[in-house]
Amino acid sequence: MSEQGSYYVPEGTKWPTITSAGIFCLASGFIMLMNEINNASIVMLVGTLILIYVIAGWFGEVAVESESGTYSKQVDVSFRMSMGWFITSEVMFFAAFFGALFYTRMLSVPWLAETELLWPGFENIWPTAGPGGAAHIGADAHHVDEGQFATIGAWGLPFWNTVILLVSSLTVTIAHHALIAGNRSKLNIWLGITVVLGCIFLYCQMLEYTHAYGELGLTLGSGVYGGTFFMLTGFHGFHVTIGTICLAVIMYRCLIGHFRADNHFGFEGVAWYWHFVDTVWVILFVFVYVL
Amino acid sequence: MTATTADHHDDHHDHHPSGIGRWLFSTNHKDIGTMYLWFSFCMFIIGGLMALIVRAELFMPGLQLVTPHFFNQMTTNHALIMIFGAAMPVFVGLANWQIPMMIGAPDMALPRLNNWSFWLLPPAFTLLIGSLFSPGGAPAGGWTMYPPLSIQTGMGMDMAILAMHMMGISSIMGSINIIATILNMRAPGMHLMKMPMFVWTWLITAFLLVTSIPVLAGAITMLLTDRHFGTQFFDAAGGGDPVMFQHIFWFFGHPEVYILILPAFGVISQVIPTFSRKPLFGYSSMVFAVAAIAFLSFIVWAHHMYTVGMPLAGELFFMYSTMLISIPTGVKIFNWVATMWRGSMTFETPMLYAIGTVFLFSIGGFSGLMLAITPSDFQYHDTYFVVAHFHYVIFGGTITGAFCAVYYWLPKWTGHMYDEKLGKIHFWLTVIGMNITFFPQHFLGLAGMPRRIPDYSLQFTEFNMMSTGGALLLGLSQILFLYIVMKAIKGGEKATDQVWDGAEGLEWTLPSPPPAHTFTTPPLVK
Repeated sequence: MSEQGSYYVPEGTKWPTITSAGIFCLASGFIMLMNEINNASIVMLVGTLILIYVIAGWFGEVAVESESGTYSKQVDVSFRMSMGWFITSEVMFFAAFFGALFYTRMLSVPWLAETELLWPGFENIWPTAGPGGAAHIGADAHHVDEGQFATIGAWGLPFWNTVILLVSSLTVTIAHHALIAGNRSKLNIWLGITVVLGCIFLYCQMLEYTHAYGELGLTLGSGVYGGTFFMLTGFHGFHVTIGTICLAVIMYRCLIGHFRADNHFGFEGVAWYWHFVDTVWVILFVFVYVL
Repeated sequence: MTATTADHHDDHHDHHPSGIGRWLFSTNHKDIGTMYLWFSFCMFIIGGLMALIVRAELFMPGLQLVTPHFFNQMTTNHALIMIFGAAMPVFVGLANWQIPMMIGAPDMALPRLNNWSFWLLPPAFTLLIGSLFSPGGAPAGGWTMYPPLSIQTGMGMDMAILAMHMMGISSIMGSINIIATILNMRAPGMHLMKMPMFVWTWLITAFLLVTSIPVLAGAITMLLTDRHFGTQFFDAAGGGDPVMFQHIFWFFGHPEVYILILPAFGVISQVIPTFSRKPLFGYSSMVFAVAAIAFLSFIVWAHHMYTVGMPLAGELFFMYSTMLISIPTGVKIFNWVATMWRGSMTFETPMLYAIGTVFLFSIGGFSGLMLAITPSDFQYHDTYFVVAHFHYVIFGGTITGAFCAVYYWLPKWTGHMYDEKLGKIHFWLTVIGMNITFFPQHFLGLAGMPRRIPDYSLQFTEFNMMSTGGALLLGLSQILFLYIVMKAIKGGEKATDQVWDGAEGLEWTLPSPPPAHTFTTPPLVK
């Protein structure tokens, strides 16, 4: 009923219900997979395909509407607020895992070491896989025996990953300024660099995981250290993957001439998300790798 | 409620879709609100039936009707369904219907997202209720899902976890939408401090949801990886700690309690002034009290786990911070009473429910204060006293608040007055049934009857029989509620635009029932 008022209220939409159907398939398939029920992967695949279809269709529709000038300034503000609060909720999601890390390091592991009766000989040291877990033998050890695990040092690959993400935050900002200034070629170049940096980060994370699993004996099952390490870096990596895909999408939209200096919420939303992912990494680098 | 727009087909602006597509693909806040309300009513009935199974088993000592495992599934799923399926969605439904009309907005800020928030719920509850039929049955370790029990449960736990994830996405998306609507869509001239109290309470509730639900998502994700992917977050052998789950869970869980009650506070802050024919006493202190409650809700979580083993300093901190909450809560109760003071009061059904809410919630608040005191809590922990306490808060506060809202706004939604006489009967049956059900549970708990156990010692028999009788009365009275609502949808005395002669606010300037699209041009608020 947009013609009546200034605020755009869309007519009916099919996307949300299809999204829910896709999520239902994906969740059901995942449950089947975890419980070793046949055909789980087929159900998950169907769910994933539905979601890909929805994401392409729904975001595509919104992008077309945005470019055709359907959205007023007020709608734009709604989008911005929503993105801000969405990122807030993401922050709280990571807070749960950081909370788990702090709790175990500061409270539960020391308590376990204090109660001699429960686990004689267990010492409060970090990293640990707990009293019943594998022993930690330093960072980047070259030889790891059964029942041991080594950790990844902060100042190798993780440090360079930090640099890559920090630089990528900078490059996306340069691209944003170029967009506002109307310099399209500069925008495309710097945004392209950001996408490439995102991919490099993901590649490095993949190398690191392969190294951890293959040579260091550090796995998701390496007690509370392995759990917090892989859940924090894993969820972060998942968010970087989403962020990189989003960057690639706005890259494509920039190339076909979308976004104007006064109308580019899609670009800014992705940029905010990218800065958020970057900030989480910095905190993660400090508390997971350095300290 | 479904007949909302039926009378308005002569309105030529109103090209409203019909058939199933109207509901599946809706972007209309009123239709989505209606779906939320009906959905929560269905869940209320399903959750209520589960409670009746629990109460039937507890009618007499010994095991008569169900196995202990099924009994545990019933208590667990009763809680999950009532909290996430009935109490939360009913207020999202009310928010959907009312907030745009109360602030003079054409719709919610993000209508398509709004549709998604609702349509995530049916698949989520399909999974949750479906877990009853999975091998090993539904989760049976209590709605709080404490490890190690929740890690040892079968496939039903995975279904519940994924269902909770979907409900969580729904709540977060719904809340983001509500915040954006309130902050961005108010009619010109409606400053924040002129907003109706219901809108204020929802703004703060939505903030609580956005910040606490993701923490729950984190907690149940760790549960899932502990179950299937070899992590040891909650296993001491790997350096983890089962108590850590309780900390993370209750960091979500306590704000959740206020998520359930604050919108009900908002409703009665609308209703009491209407039927006292006086403006709300102490409006700004109400706003600050709600904000203070919301802030405090994040620093009191460990009062749910005094007996789990915490340092003394922790016990003291959580005891004092919990007791602090009684100050802003007291401010609110004082303000409601002061609003009624010397008002020209009438006692239509919504007002009866509002006063009932104040009264019953106060009882729940006082028993909460008893539980807040660490040394007494060591006695009360995990007894029926706790069950009585939170049912006074959640049934006596949240659910009666929701009934209050439905009676208050039903004439606006349907265009017809409900049957006042039947409404009053429903009120008295509900309140009497509720008190017969839950008041004896205080005594049972103080005498030491543990919760979540299908059998009990002989000396608890009389009070349990009373409680079961009350539960049956309470459950059956809700059929009357359904009848009253259906009757008002079908017809009845025409409601005026203002409906109640003391009612003030933008929603009462609209026709009853309002056309599908309202305030497409924002009104000016002076």
